[in-house]
Amino acid sequence: MSDITARLDSILKRHATARTNLVQILREAQEPEGWIRPEAITQIAKAVKLPRARVEGVAGFYSFLHLQPAGRYRIRFSDNITDRMAGNLPLLERLCSQLWVERGKVSEDGLVSIDTTSCTGMNDQAPALLVNGWAIARLTQGRIDQIAALIRDQVPIENWPVELFAIEDNILRKDVILASTLQPGDAIRVAMSRGRIEATEAAFNQRSWREGLDVADHGQTETIEEIKRSRLRGRGGAGFSTGLKWEACRNARATQRYVVCNADEGEPGTFKDRVLLARYADLVFEGMTVCGYAVGASKGFLYLRGEYRHLLAPLQDVLARRRATGLLGAGVCERPDFAFEIEIHLGAGAYVCGEESALIESLEGKRGIPRNRPPYPVTSGYLKFPTVVNNVETFCAAALIAFNGGDWYARIGTPRSSGTKILSVSGDCARPGLYEYPFGVTVKQVLQDCGAEFTQAVQVSGPSGICIDASEFGRRIAFEDLPTAGAFMVFDESRDMFEVARNFAHFFAHESCGFCTPCRVGTALLRNLMDKLAAGKGSQHDLNQIGELNHLLQSASHCGLGHTACNPILDTVRRFRPAYEQRLVSLVYEPAFDLDGALARARAMTGRDDAGAHLGEVT
Amino acid sequence: MSEASPTFLLDGEEVPFAPGQTVIQAALAAGRYVPHLCYHPEFKPHGSCKLCTVKVDGHWMTSCTLPAQAGMKVESNTEEINAKRRLLTQMLFVEGNHFCPSCEKSGNCMLQAVAYDLGMVSAQFDHFFPDRPIDASHPDIVLDFNRCILCELCIRASSEVDGKGVFALSGRGITKHLIVNSESGRLADTDIAVTDKAVDVCPVGVILKKHVGFAQPIGKRRFDAQPISMQALRDAPRPLDRKPHSGA
Repeated sequence: MSDITARLDSILKRHATARTNLVQILREAQEPEGWIRPEAITQIAKAVKLPRARVEGVAGFYSFLHLQPAGRYRIRFSDNITDRMAGNLPLLERLCSQLWVERGKVSEDGLVSIDTTSCTGMNDQAPALLVNGWAIARLTQGRIDQIAALIRDQVPIENWPVELFAIEDNILRKDVILASTLQPGDAIRVAMSRGRIEATEAAFNQRSWREGLDVADHGQTETIEEIKRSRLRGRGGAGFSTGLKWEACRNARATQRYVVCNADEGEPGTFKDRVLLARYADLVFEGMTVCGYAVGASKGFLYLRGEYRHLLAPLQDVLARRRATGLLGAGVCERPDFAFEIEIHLGAGAYVCGEESALIESLEGKRGIPRNRPPYPVTSGYLKFPTVVNNVETFCAAALIAFNGGDWYARIGTPRSSGTKILSVSGDCARPGLYEYPFGVTVKQVLQDCGAEFTQAVQVSGPSGICIDASEFGRRIAFEDLPTAGAFMVFDESRDMFEVARNFAHFFAHESCGFCTPCRVGTALLRNLMDKLAAGKGSQHDLNQIGELNHLLQSASHCGLGHTACNPILDTVRRFRPAYEQRLVSLVYEPAFDLDGALARARAMTGRDDAGAHLGEVT
Repeated sequence: MSEASPTFLLDGEEVPFAPGQTVIQAALAAGRYVPHLCYHPEFKPHGSCKLCTVKVDGHWMTSCTLPAQAGMKVESNTEEINAKRRLLTQMLFVEGNHFCPSCEKSGNCMLQAVAYDLGMVSAQFDHFFPDRPIDASHPDIVLDFNRCILCELCIRASSEVDGKGVFALSGRGITKHLIVNSESGRLADTDIAVTDKAVDVCPVGVILKKHVGFAQPIGKRRFDAQPISMQALRDAPRPLDRKPHSGA
C-alpha cells in the first residue's frame, strides 16, 4: 500500500466511510498535495459505496476542492467590492509578478497559484487572502513581499510567522449579546429548571417515547414558549419566527431530530459570525444545546464556512471543554434523560450552502443544491429527519432568552423586530467593525458611529439585500423597514456605484449552483452584460436585456440566490442611473464583439503587434 | 378517470387529476401541452429547466414539481409566460453549442422542437461558445457534450433504471457539466451498454448511437410531422417498465 493510499485509508476509517462525511473526507484527502488525484477519488468512491462519478461531482462542486494540480501554495485574494476599494488587485498583481505566475494559473514548477475568491469575511480588515485555506488580513505591500519570500523559500505554512495570521475582532458597540456575561451551562440549567416550576404541564404532554420525546415535560415546551414570547426572528436574513420553527420541529413526528447552526457566513460584507465563533463560542453552543433540549434532538452540527478554517481547532477545543465539564455528551448537566453532541462540518467554498436546504445537502456529503420545498427542514431536513437550522447569532440570542426569559428580550428593539442586531460595518468609514444595536436604529446613526463621511450609498445585507442612497439614511434597521443579515457596506461619494453592482454580478455568477436554467445562465449573462457596459460598448438595448433577465430570474429561479441576484443592478439603476448612462455609447444597439480584439490571441501566438496585425490599420 | 375526479383550471378549462399527480402530469394526461425539457414521464421530476413554469393564483410555480390541488387556477399558455419560456430556451441555446443543420438529432430534438413551438427566431444573447470536447471512445456510443442542456435524465436513467451510475454532474454554475463514471473520464472505460435506458433518454443530441446515423431520414422524424405542442399525450404518465437492480 502506497503512502497516499494508506493515508486515505486512515481518513476513511476516521470518518467511518460514511457518505455523509464525503465533503470532510475530500477536504482532508486534498491536504497533502493540494489536489485530489483521480485514483484517490476512485478509492474514496469504493469505500463509501458510491459511483466514482458521483464523488467526483461532489468534489467538482466546491471551489476549494481541486481535481487538478493547483500548486503547493494556493493563494486566493478575497474579491468583494470592499477588498477592491482597499486595493486588493494591485497587491495581487504585485504577488504575481514577484512569483512569476499568471493570475488563475499554476506556476510551471507547480509551486504556487494565485487567484481571487468570493468575500472571505474580513471586510473590516481588508484586503485579505487565503493561503491553502488559512486567512491573512490587513494586506500591505510589505506583507505581500513577506509572503512572496516565504513561498520562494518554500517555508511550510506551519512555520510562517504567527502574526501574519492574526485576525482582529474590532468589537465597537456592545449590547446584550456582545456584552453577555453568561457562563457555560447557565442557560441550559435555567431551561431545564423551568419545567419543574410548571410541573402540571407535564400531564398535557402526550408524546410517546418512540418519537424521542420525554413523556414528562421538564421545561422543553416552556423554553419554546419563552422563545415565542421573545418574538425572536431568525438572524440569517429571512426573519422567520424562531419559536415557531422550534415548535414545528418538536411537533413533527419522528424518531430523531437535529439541530444545525448555519455558520456558512457567505454574504459578502458579513463577518459577525466569525467574531461570535472566535469570542463567544460558548454562547453559540449553549444556544444549540438549549435548542436540542427543547425540540428533542440529540445531535447538532455546526456548518462552518471553509474560509473560517482558522476557527476549526479553537472551536473543537471549546467543544472538548464542554464535554469535559458535562455540558455535552451523555447526561448533559447531570440529566440522564438528555444526551447531546455537536459535530463541526467545514464547508469548502460555496455561497449557496448558506441556503438551509443546500446546507443540509452539503452536510449529507452531496453537491450543495437547494431542495424543492415543501417539505421544509423542520419536518424533513438532515437525512429526512426534522431539523432546526438557525443562524449563529440566533442561537446566541436564544441562549440569552432561555436564561433571562422572553419578556426581557421582547422589551428590546421595536414591536415587530425584538432584540438586537449585530452589524458588520465596512467600507468607507473610519471605524469598521462590529456594532450591536437594538433593532430600530437609523442608518444615519450607524454612519455617525462608525465615522463615515460624505456617504453616497449603503449596501444593507450584502449583494442580495438593498442599496440605499443618502435620501434614505433616516430609514431603520428592522424587519419592517430594512431587514438585514448583518452586512453594512458604506460607499462614499468617490465610489462608482456601477462598479459596485458589477462586482456583485460577478459574485452571483460565480456562486450560482447551476441547478436551474434561469440562474445558471442568467447570472452569467448579467455578468457579461455588465462587463460589456464597463468596456464602453453598452447601449440602451443592453439595459433592456438586463431588465428582461431580472424579471425572469425573479419569477422562475429555483431559490433565493436567483431571486435576489439582480437586486444590486436594479437598485443601482434606479438610484444611480447616470452611472450607467455615462457608459452607453449608443441608445440603440452596439455589438459586444470586437473584431480586432478577436485577433489578440493570434497576435500573442505569433508575437506580432505591428500595424499590419491590427484590423483598423490595414489599408 | 371517474366523474368524481377533482379538477383544477388550466387556462380557464377544467383538468381532472388523480391524487398525487403534479400539475404537468394531469395536464399532459388530459392532452394539454405544457412545455418541458427535464421532465420525463418515467422519472421523478426535479424542476431544473423551468420551461414548465406556470402562474398559479398569481404566483410563479414549477408545474412538474407542483402537486395538483382541486380548484387551483393555473395559467400556462399566455403570451407573458411563453415569453419567459422563450427566454429560457434562448439561454439553453447560448450556453451550449447547437448547430441544428448538422446535428443527427435534428427533427427528433426536444430543444429544437420547443424553440420552434415557442416561436424563437434568434438566440438574442451573445453565445458563450464553451469548449466542450466530444467523447467518441466507446465503440457503440458517442457523446457530444456541446448539446447538453443538463436535464439530468441520463443520470436518473442510468442510476434508477440501469442500476449503473454511468453519468453524474460536476462543476458549478455556468461551468456545470456532465461527467462519466471512469477514472480516465472516457465513456469507453465505463460499463455503459448501448441497450441502456440512459442511451435512449437524451432529449437532445448528446448521447448518440454509432452506426445508425440518419437511419431515419430528415422529414420523417418525430417533430417533422407535428409540432411538440400537439404531442402532449406522448409524455403523459405511463406505467413504468423497470427491471430490478441493486445500484445506488
